[in-house]
Amino acid sequence: MLQSAIEFLKANPLLLALIKILLVFVVIAGIVAYLVYMERKVLAFMQARLGPMRVGPWGLLQPVADGIKLLLKEDIIPAGADEYVFLLAPAISVAAAFTVFSAIPFAGNFYVTDINIGLLFVLAVSSLGIYGIILGGWSSNSHYPLLGALRSSAQLVSYEVAAGMALVGVLLISNSLSMVEIVRRQLAMGVWNVFLQPLALVIYVIAAVAETNRNPFDLPEAESELTAGFHTEYSGFRFALYFLAEYTNMVVVACIAITMFFGGWLRPFASVRALDVLKFSPILAFLAGAGFVLWLGLKSRLSLERYFFVLLAAVFIVLGILVAYPPVLDAIQGIFWFGAKVLAFLYAFIWCRATFPRYRYDQLMNVGWRWMIPLALGNVVVTAVIRYLVSSHGAAHPLAWLVR
Amino acid sequence: MTDEKQEPPKAAEGAGTPVEKPAPESGGATTPAKPIGAAPPKPPAAGATKPSVAVAKPPIKPEPWSSPLLDELLGRFPGAITEAVIFRKLPSLNLAKEHLVAICQFLKSPEGGAYTLLTDQTAVDYPQRAKRFDIIYHLYSFRRNDRLRLRVQVGEGETVPSVTSVWLTANWLEREVYDMFGVAYEGHPDLKRILMPDGWVGHPLRKDYDILKQDEAWVKTNLGIESAQ
Amino acid sequence: MPEATFLDASELLINMGPQHPATHGVLRVKLKLDGERVLGTECIIGYLHRGVEKIAENRTYQQFAPYVDRMDYCAAVTNGMGYVETVEKLLAVEIPPRAQYTRMILAELQRIASHLIWLGTHALDLGAMTPVFYTFREREEILKIFEKYCGARLTTHAFRIGGLQYDLYDGFEKEVVKFCDYFLPKVDEYEQLLTQNRIWINRTRNVGVLSGEDAIAYGVTGPMLRGSGVKWDIRKAQPYEAYDQVDFEVPIGEHGDTYDRYIVRMQEMRQSVRIIRQCVERLAPGPIFGKVGKVIKPPAGEVYHSIEAPKGELGYYLVSDGSVNPYRVRVRPPSLINLQALDKMAQGHLVADIVAIIGTIDIVLGEVDR
Repeated sequence: MLQSAIEFLKANPLLLALIKILLVFVVIAGIVAYLVYMERKVLAFMQARLGPMRVGPWGLLQPVADGIKLLLKEDIIPAGADEYVFLLAPAISVAAAFTVFSAIPFAGNFYVTDINIGLLFVLAVSSLGIYGIILGGWSSNSHYPLLGALRSSAQLVSYEVAAGMALVGVLLISNSLSMVEIVRRQLAMGVWNVFLQPLALVIYVIAAVAETNRNPFDLPEAESELTAGFHTEYSGFRFALYFLAEYTNMVVVACIAITMFFGGWLRPFASVRALDVLKFSPILAFLAGAGFVLWLGLKSRLSLERYFFVLLAAVFIVLGILVAYPPVLDAIQGIFWFGAKVLAFLYAFIWCRATFPRYRYDQLMNVGWRWMIPLALGNVVVTAVIRYLVSSHGAAHPLAWLVR
Repeated sequence: MTDEKQEPPKAAEGAGTPVEKPAPESGGATTPAKPIGAAPPKPPAAGATKPSVAVAKPPIKPEPWSSPLLDELLGRFPGAITEAVIFRKLPSLNLAKEHLVAICQFLKSPEGGAYTLLTDQTAVDYPQRAKRFDIIYHLYSFRRNDRLRLRVQVGEGETVPSVTSVWLTANWLEREVYDMFGVAYEGHPDLKRILMPDGWVGHPLRKDYDILKQDEAWVKTNLGIESAQ
Repeated sequence: MPEATFLDASELLINMGPQHPATHGVLRVKLKLDGERVLGTECIIGYLHRGVEKIAENRTYQQFAPYVDRMDYCAAVTNGMGYVETVEKLLAVEIPPRAQYTRMILAELQRIASHLIWLGTHALDLGAMTPVFYTFREREEILKIFEKYCGARLTTHAFRIGGLQYDLYDGFEKEVVKFCDYFLPKVDEYEQLLTQNRIWINRTRNVGVLSGEDAIAYGVTGPMLRGSGVKWDIRKAQPYEAYDQVDFEVPIGEHGDTYDRYIVRMQEMRQSVRIIRQCVERLAPGPIFGKVGKVIKPPAGEVYHSIEAPKGELGYYLVSDGSVNPYRVRVRPPSLINLQALDKMAQGHLVADIVAIIGTIDIVLGEVDR
């Protein structure tokens, strides 16, 4: 049965692609929704409080409640606003954010597509999201959202440049724009790009935080500032779409950073046979998850909630056991490591938000143009020089001894 | 000994003019003042102190103040200072308003004691007097670690020269005096109400400020009915 | 700002309305901007004016004491301390040492609590959203001590004219010392989050600079004056209670910018802990009330007394006519006078700095408007 299904899908590549797209879309949408929950929880725990607790056990149904609330809200369009553009703008943001996922490899054998100019595609499409912001601010027909939108977009554009430059360094090492190829190169070289391009990683991560309008770069949309953000006039589901777009962007930049610098779906020390034992990590992860759920959940007052959490922990343990079946273990290695790394990145984003004060707008632009971009350019130059000296052509160069 | 201060208690009226000496009440007379940190207070004798106690009681009314600074001021500005007293260790000078700014400038200067900090400026309303308002200035000198009070007495409708040219602090403080008492200042850069709303009628801290009358008038004009207050 | 200059077309007038998350109360600030640069500000206050000084004329001295708590509602204990000390000065009554040391302990605890609110809200305005939760958690401990002592957390009416109403409860000293031990490492934690943080430094260095001379000219007092380099603290210069018996330092800043004022206030919190510890050691059994009768009729006269409140010099000018009601009570509000310097400090800065500058002045509108 499975065989015939696979044959059928192989015969209809378009159908296969459609199924993959749907799967990615649904999973990512679910992840983004629960990313909001995770952010609220993690922020709360860092701030000595609990976060959402009421809706569902430990607030787990909070995203559902928020979604329903936003859907049921009155759809307000400001007077004098350009209606079509007003409706279109958040859609552009969301569409751009989700489209990027089509080129990102989640595992060695699972990606929607592998374009040979993957990186270029990803950068280009994520830049399209900026239109959503500008159009949203402009179509609101109000002068504070417009100013906020212009500021946001200026910030995003500046940091796009820095991010792109940083990634050029990675390109120079990997010899290819294809995302899958970049990861394969890291496997072949036996070392993740982060060790070869640390400066590029730092620049990219800072640019990524700025790209997604997160603290410490969230002045354009901070509540205590005078000019409100571009999404002031949006309410209800359209606001939800902007919100969704912002968090999806977070996941996008995390995925890109992982793929470029941290070996994508590769496990740590992927080429070291001795550490093959690490492939049992998914089992450990599920068991640890069960332990964590039990520890947190058993603190709950309601017995119903406690039963729920025991059940959840049991599910995790069952999954852990299922995963221990070798073919399954091998199959999920890629997606497991990719997911773990993305999760770590997202946690770091939230951690940043809890910790840092906010940059003032001119300081933000200062950092982008006077520090990030020159450093990124410098990185490119240095990388190129070193690459030349390391390669066979350059081995004869008098300065080659520098890189021996 | 200061027994003569312990006359038989006069009946104390509430509404005497502020400069009248009140009678010490029986039961809980004010203790002899001693510097902080001295021996614990002796048990109070009802209505009288022991004649053998050789400590100065706190003065109940202001005493005349003399100091080199005062002499300097009297020398430079003859006729400007009408009274100089000290009470509870804070000297007060009564000034004539014409010399106010000049005296303040002198006091602020190093020769005059370097009273560079205008701590506070306020007013008190004594409606029984002809010059009903007492404009009070509290100054502080960092160099001498010393406070000084200046007082200018003005009547209704009179203006007082502004000292914003001497101390910038005076800006809002004078606005508040204007707002609360209705005393106008000449030479103030921006004299308008500060605490009350802009269109307010009346000056709240005056003793004859009748909020009820104002409320009745407002209700009558705006609501067209009689106030039920 | 004179009205005429608002007619210039290249300038923008923006209103930071009475309702704004960052103005710490009902403060209205009119900003005159040239693009992003602030050319001038105008504060409009009075939204919280309750006529406290007028009310005082119709209350007896003791009846008025709870009203003063409501002015600087973040630091009610020090408000009350200033008032009762002023009346005591007029009465020339001596307070027994036990009462003095207790007052000092509670006042310094209140100073810490007030600075904690300042720190939390200032950091929050600048985008650091975590310290506010930590500072309020520490403040909770102080408020618990206040509640155990006098029954109220915020508007405490802790002191009476002549001494204290309540003696210390069992375990007060132990709890206070426990709080001191618990609190000092927390200050280090806050410093760890903010003091060396590049972003914090960028937002606060050279923002809202007020030179020492300007500070004195504007009558600014308290941590703002000390941040500008003037080493003046009323607890040292004109000691009241038993402040001359305890050992503490007065931190000062150098440049008079927001960062220096931040450092000054953080150090003040540490010095307050030091004072509290010394006072706890010196607490000895004894009376808690001086020789003041039930009916307080001070001699006719006027007196001015001021204390070092957390926000600055809090002064009371009391005129008595010999009756049971004060003839005039004037409160010298540190927040109002410090706020006057906003115009000077804000000139030439960007709009986003206004929030930082208002935060660093540390105003409480209850005190500004009374």
